[in-house]
Amino acid sequence: MTLLSERLNLDFLKVGKVALGFSLLLILISVGSLFKNGLDFGLDFTGGAMIEVQFEKDADLPKIRQQLETNGIEKAVVQTFGSNDEVKIRLPILKGQETENLSKNLMDILSADGTKVKLKETEIIHPAIGDEMTEQGILAVVIMLICIMLYVAVRFEWKFSVGAVAALAHDVIITVGMFSLLHLEFDLTVLAAILAVIGYSLNDTIVVYDRIRENFLKIRKGTPGDVVNRSLNQTLTRTLITSGTTLFVLFALFVWGGQTIHGFSSALLIGIMIGTYSSIYVASTLALYLGVSREDLMPPQLEKEGADQEALM
Amino acid sequence: MFFNQTQRTMNTYPIWKNMMVLILLVVGIIYSLANLYPNNPAVQISADSTAPISQAIVDKIEKGLKDKNIIPKSVAIETKGNILIRLNNQTDQATAREVASQLLGQDYVVAINMATSVPDWLAALHAAPMKLGLDLSGGIFFLLEVDMDVAVEKSEQQYVDDMKTTLREKKIRYSRIESVKNGGMVLLFRDADTRDKALNVVETQFPGLISIAQQQGAFYTIKSRVSEKKLKEIRDYAVEQNTTILRNRVDELGVAEPYIQRQGLNRIVVQLPGVQDSAQAKKIIGVTASVEFRLQNQSADLQAALNGRVPPDAELYHRENGMPILLKKSVVVKGLNVSNASFGVDQNGAPKVNIALDSKGASRMSTISGQNVGKPLAVLFTEYKTEYEEVDGVMKPKDKLSKIEKVISVATIRSTLGSHFEITGLDSVDEATNLVMKIRAGALIAPLKFVSESTIGPSLGQENIDKGIVAMKIGMAMVLGFMLIYYRVFGLIANLALLINIVLLVALMSLLDATLTLPGIAGIVLTVGMAVDANVLIFERIKEELLGGSGVQRAIHNGYDSAFSTIMDANITTLIAAVILFAIGTGTIKGFAVTLALGIITSMFTAIIASRALINAIYGGRKVESLSI
Repeated sequence: MTLLSERLNLDFLKVGKVALGFSLLLILISVGSLFKNGLDFGLDFTGGAMIEVQFEKDADLPKIRQQLETNGIEKAVVQTFGSNDEVKIRLPILKGQETENLSKNLMDILSADGTKVKLKETEIIHPAIGDEMTEQGILAVVIMLICIMLYVAVRFEWKFSVGAVAALAHDVIITVGMFSLLHLEFDLTVLAAILAVIGYSLNDTIVVYDRIRENFLKIRKGTPGDVVNRSLNQTLTRTLITSGTTLFVLFALFVWGGQTIHGFSSALLIGIMIGTYSSIYVASTLALYLGVSREDLMPPQLEKEGADQEALM
Repeated sequence: MFFNQTQRTMNTYPIWKNMMVLILLVVGIIYSLANLYPNNPAVQISADSTAPISQAIVDKIEKGLKDKNIIPKSVAIETKGNILIRLNNQTDQATAREVASQLLGQDYVVAINMATSVPDWLAALHAAPMKLGLDLSGGIFFLLEVDMDVAVEKSEQQYVDDMKTTLREKKIRYSRIESVKNGGMVLLFRDADTRDKALNVVETQFPGLISIAQQQGAFYTIKSRVSEKKLKEIRDYAVEQNTTILRNRVDELGVAEPYIQRQGLNRIVVQLPGVQDSAQAKKIIGVTASVEFRLQNQSADLQAALNGRVPPDAELYHRENGMPILLKKSVVVKGLNVSNASFGVDQNGAPKVNIALDSKGASRMSTISGQNVGKPLAVLFTEYKTEYEEVDGVMKPKDKLSKIEKVISVATIRSTLGSHFEITGLDSVDEATNLVMKIRAGALIAPLKFVSESTIGPSLGQENIDKGIVAMKIGMAMVLGFMLIYYRVFGLIANLALLINIVLLVALMSLLDATLTLPGIAGIVLTVGMAVDANVLIFERIKEELLGGSGVQRAIHNGYDSAFSTIMDANITTLIAAVILFAIGTGTIKGFAVTLALGIITSMFTAIIASRALINAIYGGRKVESLSI
């Protein structure tokens, strides 16, 4: 069975300019939204307190807000999540009150009128830790991009390396932008997902680059553009199938995996779709615009053709 | 390909390679099998030497449980002489614990536990299920920070005291020795000669200090500060000591597998799986306090002190009942030198508190108490609490902890005290146990503060496991189905490789004692999606080869061959991502990184070597007209 015609020959470069324009537009929207709406940072980054409870029947949110307010708890964000009987209350660390008994106090307030309520999860993070997390998170993304840039530069060539990292930055910006645009909560697991997206999207890009390198050595005729286009066509089926199977499982995680990893699976879903697109349309096109040529890839790769890898099979 | 080192037929594996795949698979199955036998929530009852463990007690407990409508999985006396009650869930476990401790009283120790249910033959091979992270098992997580400023201040004060003693012993007259507000110490002398002598002594006796001679107005001074190396030692010690004390306190909670670990420079992570009452846990582990033994200052005028004229050698404190009391400024023994405090009963059955001191504390105590027999000795207890202030409308904890000082005991010295002595004349058992708790707590040199905490209810933990598994099953089914339809026989092989991959991954995680978290399950799910990638790459290459006119065997051979370096490159980059995640992440994120990294390694093995072994077995070494791909 085949997904695409075996003699597939789409002209990716012809739409290359359009794709780059589309990417720029997405980036503009993302950056714009980030400036306008910012990110809905989770507790991990902002600090504060969060408590999740389960009621026996559907929760009466206005009543809960009322109960909290009459007990002097202000600025609390009360919302349901998952189902209507599960409620999440988020609040800044309270005035003059030690966090020691915070969850107990909240539970007392909620069950004061005899309502049956079960504690599911609490989380209290002091703001100083939040600031540290933000710093570490940004640092992690930057370190990862640098490591990857170095690896690709060593294994391939700097033009590829720039193309790959630009494509990754593109993925990160748009994924984060989507979180801003859709007002999804950005917590530590989302950050982990974004780092995983970087790894995954790079995986796709590397496969294409690998083929470009091979084809530069194999196909003696044709412009660099032709070679890149041919390589994209050859790897397209694989890119689509792998992304497809990954998206299958992510979809399963998103739908059936539960609230706790909803943010995580959303970030991966968005990121891997964007990543697949960028490894087809952005990474290679960029390398081409930077003037990648046969000469760039010639010398160090000769040993690759040897039979010494037989033993590893 | 002219020097293909083997003369063997194309697409056959040497026997050792097939054996390797087989052996790894068997080992993988054995060690992943243990995960089918999850640990049961359990309550363990052990007795001290006096109290018997008997069938009668077992019956008593069983009846008690029945009254509360709890049906245990099993109740049994173990070979070690403990009673082990296995339960169906953690809610039952908590109730059962209460029931047992109420029924049995003081002579028995009742603790919650996760009891293994792995069959003996597997346990003999050291196979054990993966540990579950807090998000799956339910429990409490605390992140605590050691207040280093206090630790450093205290050690500077110690230096000041020690320098005074040393210089006095060497008969070098100083005017003043004190610690400076922003760190460091200053020693004042009347003439240069004495100062130089003192400098010589300080430099040789206190190598942890960096000291320089200076002149300030009419005074000849030495400025000392603690060296960086010594500071690091002090900090390390403060964290180590706090970690140890936290361990002891957590033991009081009776938690099965607590995780207490230093994190970074000055933080300590505490994880208490299965614990649900966060307020109680905090109360026990969060006491940050110090304790000092000091003589009461009986000569000074208490009334004058209350009016604000405290004599220079005294300090004004209050007792727990609010009564004011003056203590001498110099400290007899610090909490630092208290090695233990315990509750006891004297001959008359009255409660008492036993104190043990280390050698330094004992020698000071014996000198000073010997000179002060008949005089009252007080215990000063200092507690540190976090206070909050409003910054930009948000309550933030103050950097400095506020200090609350109370005199918790005053007792008359009857005779010269040594390394072991007791405090008697206490009103009640409660008072005595309270004193023990406080003195123990006060043996800390640096206070702790909570910087973050989270509680995961047991129902959420179970829900997370269930949902993770459902998602995994559905995701797997979709991937397996797709691969089978798309690649037919080759798809079947890829699917087998994928299943082997999961077995190996679970086995590897169990062997490495890795902790499974919800993002970890997500990592496994993601590995499922990504693991087929290597096979897709190979199969697409084989298709290309076939299309290019290669023979069947040649196509398989070249397909695997040419996909190899691509697979390596692609996986190494993902591995970089996993390593960085591991390095920066904490807790659950680390769990994800570990699964991702291990998944990459096992998937390379299964997709490249195991799938090849299968394909070789099916197609290799014989005449095949076409491939089902």
